[in-house]
Amino acid sequence: MSPKRFKPDRDVTEWHGPTVRYDLLKEVTICFVAVLVLVVCLAGVFSSPDDPAITIKSWSATAPIDFLTTAISELDGTSGTATYGPPYTNTAGASQKLGPIGLETLSGTRIPLDTAKDFVINPLLTLPSEPMLDAAITRYQSATAPEQASWDAAYEKAAPSAHFDASDGKLIVRPLAYGPVGLMMSDLLAMAQSGALDGALTSSPRLYGTDYTKPLLFIADGQYLADVATSRNLTGDQWGMMNETGNFPGQAWLWLYTLWYQVPPMNSSSSGDLQVWAIMMLLTLVLALVPFIPGLRSIPRWTRIYRLIWRRHYRSLQSATD
Amino acid sequence: MTITSDTVKAPVERPTWTGRFRVRAVDSLPPEKLLPDHQPAYVASWIYIFGALTLAAFGVVCLSGAIIAIEGPTWWHLSQLGLFVNSLHMWGTEVFFFFMVSHLWGKFFMAAWRGRRRATWITGVLAFVMSIATAFTGYLSQQNFDSEWISTQAKDGINATGGGAFWNVLNFGQMLMWHILLLPLIVVVVIGIHVLLVRKRGVVPPFADNPAAENAFEETS
Repeated sequence: MSPKRFKPDRDVTEWHGPTVRYDLLKEVTICFVAVLVLVVCLAGVFSSPDDPAITIKSWSATAPIDFLTTAISELDGTSGTATYGPPYTNTAGASQKLGPIGLETLSGTRIPLDTAKDFVINPLLTLPSEPMLDAAITRYQSATAPEQASWDAAYEKAAPSAHFDASDGKLIVRPLAYGPVGLMMSDLLAMAQSGALDGALTSSPRLYGTDYTKPLLFIADGQYLADVATSRNLTGDQWGMMNETGNFPGQAWLWLYTLWYQVPPMNSSSSGDLQVWAIMMLLTLVLALVPFIPGLRSIPRWTRIYRLIWRRHYRSLQSATD
Repeated sequence: MTITSDTVKAPVERPTWTGRFRVRAVDSLPPEKLLPDHQPAYVASWIYIFGALTLAAFGVVCLSGAIIAIEGPTWWHLSQLGLFVNSLHMWGTEVFFFFMVSHLWGKFFMAAWRGRRRATWITGVLAFVMSIATAFTGYLSQQNFDSEWISTQAKDGINATGGGAFWNVLNFGQMLMWHILLLPLIVVVVIGIHVLLVRKRGVVPPFADNPAAENAFEETS
């Protein structure tokens, strides 16, 4: 066998020195008991967070105007979800890109959503038949696109200044030419406040359902969810990815991932998510391939921290030499 | 011609897959390597304990997760005992990552990939990455404000990669199945391979201070 040049960052001289007694099972058992005790103490003293989720019912009751302005943006197709691009819509130019590569576009619109139908019209159609609402929906659906756009725009203009009558709590929206949209929106608000919209958006063709894509997207399109998250230091620019509600530790292991969102160009780029993912995938690959990368694999030898780890070993070598 | 027992050779038995696997397994991992009761004298530092602590914390996480699975995903929101078990699960995860990252840094500064131990390093990194994915799906499966906020934010990153079309973080049912079955299974397999590789190759020796030993090095692979 031909001799091969020794590379200290790749090779080792096999150990033929002394051994010491070692009990693998005992070590693992003691570690398990110690960790269990530690975790029981932490759980007993600090518990864990469980802030209830915001529902459409709670959102529309607490911030009804935000709900209304979001709902009209779902109807007129200007909301975040309506203009998202793949995998929800076919919106042109909405995909994030890395150079010429748009992975969102390549993967296709596999979870197709029509926010006007899925978030507004179809839920309204699940309400018990009511002649005025039925007529409003029929009128809206049979109108031309420019007519619909004109009504939507008028309501979008009026919605932010909507308020509730102090005596009877009735929704008052500035009268503009929004046609049937006024009734549709006020009924959708009433539906949301009753909790029926939560059910309508999660309902499945079968009895059981576990997919919350629609209500979560609807809620996230509003400002209320983000406002609550900001008050709890959970947004991206607050390093929220590694934070947790309350004073609990969160996913601290995501520190590097969230770091990239704080620096340019990722913090302002429309393709920031894809750029951050690309960086993290590259860094993960580098970490996995450290043993093969010259320079990087020499860091342990250069830093000499290993002499601290194996200090007894080197001390014994020194004393043997002396 | 008379046929006798001498003229008919006994057929040579072809080795079976099982037989080959057994021979290779025992060659690679003889019992004294698999369950050692001695180890090299240089294995004498507290840094070595973090590997075992990581495994122990993983055990606590799996155990507490299994209890939650027995009762179902809404149990811990409705009972004090459930909340306590969820707290065990959360804190188990926190200490698991603390121990795992400490183990990783320790092994980095030992250059633990030396001596044909690269696969051990790579499986360790893979275990770390898959553990992050498992923990992430756990946060998505909590059915509370955390999962609501995390899923609606994380979707943008996953969608940007094209993965969101197939792996929908807003789909609770899908994320729960990944969290309690598929990803833990992958983590168990990867950690299992990692531990077997550690047992096969042994603990990496210290950097040699003796140039003579290095000069005598010969390729053994």
